[in-house]
This record gives sequence, structure tokens and C-alpha cells, in this order.
Amino acid sequence: MSLFEPEPRPHRRDEERPDVTQPLYPPPGAYPADEQPPGSLVRRAPQPDDSQPLQYPPQRYAPPQIPERELFMPASPRAVPGGRLPERVPDPYERALGERRTERAEMRATRESTTRIALIYPELLGTYGDGGNATVLTQRLRWRGLAAETVSVPAGEPVPTGCDIYLLGGGEDEPQTLAAEGLRRNNAIGRAVAGGAVVLAVCAGYQVIGESFPAGGRIHEGLALIGVETRRSFDPPDAQLPPRVVGDIAIDPDPSLGLPTILGYENHGGRTRALPGVRGFPFGRVLRGVGNGVPEGTDGHVDGRVIGTYLHGPVLAQNPALADLLLTMVHGSLPRLPGPPEVDALRTARLRALQVR
Amino acid sequence: MTTPVPRRLSARTRAALAVERLASAASRRLGKGSGEMIGGKLALQVSPHALAEIGRGRPTACVSATNGKTTTTRLLARALGTLGPVRSNSGGANMPPGVLAALSKPPHNAAAALEVDEMWLPKVAREVRPRVVLLLNISRDQLDRSNETRRIAAIWRELGAELPDCTVVANVDDPLVTWAAGSWSKQVWVSVGQNWTADAMVCPQCARLLHRNETGWWSECGLARPEPIVAVTGPNEIMWFGRTIRASIGLPGRVNLGNAAMAAAAAREFGVPVEDALAAMTDLGDVQGRYQEVLLGAGSRRARMLLAKNPAGWVEMMELINSTPPRSLIVDFNSQTADGRDPSWIWDVPFERLAGRPVLVTGERKEDMSVRLAYADVPHSVHPNAEAAADAAPEPVLDVVANYTAFRDLLVRTTPAPRRPRATPALPASGGTW
Repeated sequence: MSLFEPEPRPHRRDEERPDVTQPLYPPPGAYPADEQPPGSLVRRAPQPDDSQPLQYPPQRYAPPQIPERELFMPASPRAVPGGRLPERVPDPYERALGERRTERAEMRATRESTTRIALIYPELLGTYGDGGNATVLTQRLRWRGLAAETVSVPAGEPVPTGCDIYLLGGGEDEPQTLAAEGLRRNNAIGRAVAGGAVVLAVCAGYQVIGESFPAGGRIHEGLALIGVETRRSFDPPDAQLPPRVVGDIAIDPDPSLGLPTILGYENHGGRTRALPGVRGFPFGRVLRGVGNGVPEGTDGHVDGRVIGTYLHGPVLAQNPALADLLLTMVHGSLPRLPGPPEVDALRTARLRALQVR
Repeated sequence: MTTPVPRRLSARTRAALAVERLASAASRRLGKGSGEMIGGKLALQVSPHALAEIGRGRPTACVSATNGKTTTTRLLARALGTLGPVRSNSGGANMPPGVLAALSKPPHNAAAALEVDEMWLPKVAREVRPRVVLLLNISRDQLDRSNETRRIAAIWRELGAELPDCTVVANVDDPLVTWAAGSWSKQVWVSVGQNWTADAMVCPQCARLLHRNETGWWSECGLARPEPIVAVTGPNEIMWFGRTIRASIGLPGRVNLGNAAMAAAAAREFGVPVEDALAAMTDLGDVQGRYQEVLLGAGSRRARMLLAKNPAGWVEMMELINSTPPRSLIVDFNSQTADGRDPSWIWDVPFERLAGRPVLVTGERKEDMSVRLAYADVPHSVHPNAEAAADAAPEPVLDVVANYTAFRDLLVRTTPAPRRPRATPALPASGGTW
């Protein structure tokens, strides 16, 4: 029996299901409705259009069908003035559950212009603060006057296919295995990527979106969104296992990405290499730290709109240019958003501390 | 209190204790701190079993947790003090050398309230054989050390099976603690609440998702919140073995009332009536500088010192500072080895809730904290040190929330503020957000 059942079992019908997103204390109603109590996994901030009545059934659009995964492709139709939105294509998996699901975050009516950012299994893949990546993306849209919504997907729940950006973070071995099991069962991210969605996967999440990864002494199958494999070591079997990598990391990103030096923190036991002849390219060259831990001295892997990297920090907090690159993949060109000045100060301090240019 | 057999120490351990005294005295004279660490370390090298020889057979309780162990140990020492002399590692040195230093001071049959680091609890408890162990909570702390929360729970659970005569006082609102305490021979279940559930979403027993509602938590494997015999039920109220008692210990916040309830439940195992225990706990004032007011900056601003070293601790402190009218807040944030080198965890703290008060940021990683606050839409200013921040604060009374090394360094640099005549109670009146 598994945690991730595609069909809700009798004792997990919605009306009986405890609300695991709510902490025990304080009780409901202790805080204003739009203010999430501490410890809540749902990070949805007040929305400007909350006062408007929700449309039901929700008007959702299917992501545009983009034949090839390329990095700099024309933006999705809604970024084009007057662009036509395709008809909504119902997802068979969602349709099967549709009747029984009510008031679920991903079913909430959203305006077409709202960028939806899915935070995948934060209780499993949220050990190292990587949920902050969702905060950064949401705020950088709002600061530009664009609507954004973070859809927190608790483990055991089906992953919605209709989001624009999917975020996976780091976690320990056991939660990582659970997460991979759940994501494989419901291949929503794979279908969303085929439809043009953006993925940023960090550390354990990066390993999970590859072909295979080690955890708990076994090799597990990944989502195969990118052609990399992770092992404890790629050395001969008689060699000593390399130590866990823990420390600051700086990388020089691939020139085609047009990004400045990427800063972060790494904390992982695995080593990751690209399989021969796969699409894509390493995210960058390691200036400080270890990254993939391969002789080429690279970190991460980029294939179309899917980016995997070992960098925590959270990586988007320390590198707003990377956050804006992800948003540009969704929106096409965006108004320039300088700063905030706090980030410039942080980057100056970190670049000095790490002694990279 | 029971009279232990007259303690006969081996020559080796007597020598070790002599070394401990000399080394710690030398360290103190050289101004290198309280000397507990260096003295205890040397003594354990001279006699590796000194801890067992000197600790066994006396009335001992060990306190372990991610957050709150120092405060709870202090409260427990107060409660046990109603029965006679108590030894306690009150300086916060919570690994074997610090424990040994606390136990080495005569009389060697005195009761002991020992704070023990989570990872060191099995080692210390196997040597000392405590009568009671208090387990408060387990959450993420120091990410760079890869302290997997479940691993701590697992080693505690193993330990329980090895201590047949030991009672565990455990927090039922923390699933990891409950699971860890399940293997012990006798449990006293206490409900102190859990503000921070993000580190206990997965069942430690079967690895499936935990279910929660307003009355508790449970897992499909059958692990569930036990019925507590002691529970914090209100701002000044404890349910105690079937009756409701008023409790006000003077330390602010619900978290400290919970610590007091745990300590009182442990003291009860030694025969201390709850009224005596709670009375002894009042007017603790500060714990290693926590909750103490210091004079800060050129303008001698009164600053209340609060410690928050991980997400769970920050959420507790936010509840505490939000229970009084908003004051200026200084956030002092470092990331040295003792703090955890990786500051990413601040992104799991709901800093959005700080909006509405002046926030001043300082510390070695002030830029990281500043970015976090910027994305939380919390207006703030950044200052080179806490003193400059205090001088820039718009009001003369403020709160400081610092993490481990920032707190420690600030305490060394400042002087305590003169105590004010009976401050207004920091707890909200009944009927607050409980």
C-alpha cells in the first residue's frame, strides 16, 4: 500500500480528510482570513482579485502545445497582445477525480493572466528553505503589477497540470523517495513540460527529475525530464565513497543563458552526470564548490525549459536574474525590475565573501 | 529524596575530577569563559567512565529537545531545588564534558537537572542512568549538519528500550517525540502544543502522511496522539492530572508555560507537589540572558533579548512578540558553525507577520535577512551592529531576536538593564488566541 493512491480510498474521502495544511495551533479563526498562521504550508498571499466572485466552473486554459522544447521560443500566446488562448483540454486524470474534489487550491478559479507557480510536495522537498523560490517568483511578478498565485501541492495530492512553473526543492533520502514515487505515479509534470511549462528543480528535486538516483542504499527511477543520472559515486567500486558536499557554491552559468554569476549553498551526497548524447547542457561551470561532482566541473543541467541545479540559498533569492529568466520563459519579455536594492547588497557581500568576481 | 549509597569513586575518576577543577579554574582565571568545556573534556580523557561513576544512583533528570532545553532545565532545577541541593549544567554546555562538569561539584549525591544535546542524549543517559528524561520537541536545526529529524527520534526510541527504570515525560503534540517515547517503559504524556508542524508531516513509523485536525494527529499505521495527563490549556492555566490549576511563572509566552508544565511533570516523579514546583519556578527572570533586558547602544536603549535559532524557534518568538503591542524589533543574524552555515531556513519563517513595526536588521548575514524581509514586504533598515540599530530605533524600548552566536556575542557586549518595578504581565489575558 502506498501513500500516493490515484483514487481516494473510502476513509480518505474529502469530507473526512483532515486538513493537513492547517496547524493545530492557533485554531481556525485566530488570524484574519487572508493571513496564513505560522507553520502553514499554504503560502498564498492576499490576492487583489479575491473580492471578486469566483467563476464556477473555473475557466482554465490548456497550456499552448509547443512542439519542441527550446529555451528561447516565442512566449506563450497570452503574452502576445491579442493572442488566442486554446480551448481547455480536460486532463483525464483530473476528470476522473473531478466530481469529488471541491474547493481545492488548484481548482480555484483563476484569471487567465494569473501566473500559477506550483510548489511540489513542500513537506517532502522543503527541508532546505527552497520554498523561498516560490516567494521570489510570486513577488517579482507582483512588483511588476502582474497577478501570481502559488499553488502548494501537498504530498499525496495529485499534481495539477495547468501551472506555469513547477518548483521542486531539496529533502532527505526517505522523503525524496516518497516524492519520486508520487510524481512518477501521476506524471503531471511531464505532461505540463510537454505543454511548455517551466521546471526549476533543486538538489534532491534535481536528482528526482533525472533518470535515476540513489537513496537508502538503492537506485530509484526518476521522472526522466532531463537526461542525467545520480549516484553516490562514479568512481570504481573499490574506491572510497566521496564525502557529502556541504558549503557555499558559485557557478559561472552557460553563456547562452545570459546570466551573471550564480550564488548559492550546496548540501548533497550524490554526484550527477549527463547521459551520453542527451539534449541540453550543464547549467554552469563551478567557480567555488563541487556541483555535479564530475571531472568537467559543472553544476546542474538545462534542457529547454527544465532547469536542475544543486544550489540552495534559495537560489532565486540570491540570483534574481535567474528568477526573471524563468518568468520570461512564461511571459515573453517582461518590464525590467531593478533590484530590490537588498539583493544587490546581498550579492555584493556574497561575491566578496566567496572571492569570486 | 532518596539517600544514595555512599559514592566510592575510583582513583582514576578522583584524579579526573581534580583535573577538571584545576582546568576549569585556570580557564576562568584566564578569562576564557566558565571553563566547563575544557575541564570536562580533560576529565573524560583521564577517566572515560567518570560520567557513570559520578552520575549513577542519584536522582537525575535529563532534558533534550531542539528548542527550549536550557529554559526547561533551569525550571526543573528550580523545582528539584525544593527538595535539596541540585546540580545543573546551567551554562548551556550540554555535551558530556559540560554534564560532567556540572556533576563533579560536591555533594555527589545531589539531585541533577541535566540539559543534554539531542545527539548526545543516548551516550549521556546510558552512563548516568537518569530516573526521568524529558523530551520536548524535534525540528530542523543547522541544515548544514544534515540533522535528519527522524534519525534523532530513532536514536531516542532505541535509548528508551535500554532504560527499563526510566520515566519519559514527552510532548504529545510532536509526532516525532511521541514516536520516540513510545518504546520507553513508562510515559507521562504532556500537551504543550506545537507551533511548527512543517517538520512533522510524515509519520516517523510508516512514512505516510500524518493526518491532523483540531484534536490531534494520527497516522494510518495506528500511531496517534496519546491522551495527555498534563496539558497547557490557557495563557495561565494547566490541566494537571484531572484538575485545572492556575500557573503563572513570569517568563513570557505560551512556549514557556509549556516548558514549565513539562518540568513540573518531571519534578512530580521525584515527589515535588505541583504547587511547590510552580512556585519555585516563578521569577526566574532570565535564562542565560533570554528574556532579559539589556542596555543597548549609546542611548542605552532597553532591549529585551530573545533567542531564535531555527524556524520553530522563530515562530515561537513571533507569537511572543505579537502578544504585546508592537515595539521596534532588531533582528541580529549570523551563520557561524554553531548557528548552521546555511542561512536558507529563514525562507521558511513567515516573516510577513512582522509587518507593522519598525524592523532593524544587523549581524554577519544581515544582507540575507534583509532580502528575506524585502520579499516578505516588511520595511526595514540595515545597520552595521546591534548598537547602531538600537540608536536608530524610533522608540526607547525594543525587542532583539538573535540567533545563537549573535545572541551570545551581544550578551557579552551589553550590561543588564536595572529591573523595573514589577513589569506588566507579558501574557495576554485569557481568551486570547488559544
